[in-house]
Amino acid sequence: MFKNTSQNYGLLAIIFHWLSALVVFGMFGLGLYMVELSYYDPFYRDGLQIHKSTGILLAVLIVLRLIWKVANPSVKPESEATSMEKLQNIIARVVHVVLYLGLFGLFVTGYLISTSDGRAIEVFNWFSVPGLGELFEEQSDIAGTVHLYIAWGLIGLVALHIVGALKHHFINKDRTLVRMLKVSNVTKVED
Amino acid sequence: MKKTIIALSMAAMTLSAGANAADYVIDTKGAHAFVNFKIKHLGYSWLHGRFNSFEGDFSYDAKNPNASKINVVIDTASIDSNHAERDKHLRGNDFLNVKANPKATFKSDSITFSDDTNAKVKGSFTLNGVTKQIEFDVQKVGEGKDPWGGYRVGFEGETQLKLADYDIDYDLGPASTHVTIGLHLEGIRK
Repeated sequence: MFKNTSQNYGLLAIIFHWLSALVVFGMFGLGLYMVELSYYDPFYRDGLQIHKSTGILLAVLIVLRLIWKVANPSVKPESEATSMEKLQNIIARVVHVVLYLGLFGLFVTGYLISTSDGRAIEVFNWFSVPGLGELFEEQSDIAGTVHLYIAWGLIGLVALHIVGALKHHFINKDRTLVRMLKVSNVTKVED
Repeated sequence: MKKTIIALSMAAMTLSAGANAADYVIDTKGAHAFVNFKIKHLGYSWLHGRFNSFEGDFSYDAKNPNASKINVVIDTASIDSNHAERDKHLRGNDFLNVKANPKATFKSDSITFSDDTNAKVKGSFTLNGVTKQIEFDVQKVGEGKDPWGGYRVGFEGETQLKLADYDIDYDLGPASTHVTIGLHLEGIRK
């Protein structure tokens, strides 16, 4: 139920996946929106505060997700019969790895923007993550630029990830998407 | 031939020493010079900051003060209001646009002393790529030998700039349309 098998995602992996997806979309939209707000917008300060706090919590979530992923059997691709399918499976795997790398890139650069003066990042008045100060010159500006590029790159990859899932569902008509939507007990006989 | 060269170079040294008698380099190396700014926050308080990196020189001779000149170049990216996120915003397109305009400069056209300490400085100030004629009052703070074999003189002055004059039109509210720049400069005689 909770754990993965080699053919099905468990409940926890499914929750991790969709919660991350929801937060990533929300953060992308909020990030683009908040930097355009005027100084007198009531949301000018809260927008940034929510973005920073959520970013830290998402980082924690993703670390827990990776720990859970490592602790579970990896779910095999639905089909790897032809060489084309094998190639597509490799591409899908690379996209997954780069999605995680992109998320960590966002966590690191986001942190670097706000902490170059040694200030901590306050997480929803709950706890704070200490700042390390300026680690390199023009830290906030460089980190800010990279943060924006990674964010767009990540959303591009997410789009590819979604296209891949839909292709499996509607063209290949396999269980790739469905097994991420609900916990299933289906087991295929290994041949 | 040799003698001529020596004589010429001696003369050149004397001449240059004479020409430099009233020339000062602003002591940014020892950080005895400051370019500060302040702007009203919401109309309720003053926000202070400074530019950490700038350089310049001036000439001043107490015997002929109205021949004084000053030249200052400020690295706009060095703006420091003690808040990384705010400074990033100030360096960006909403304010100083430091990528396109990395330098702010002031070059005097005339300096007119009304007495030993007070003078009016006129000159051109360039900020955010816009050059305007400005004038402001300065005061001499002091002058004399330092304990390490040099000779120093210090001035200070303040001027108020309208941000919109320099194409900075981000809305900080009706109380925050002007910024006050404070110059506190110590020069070491060259």
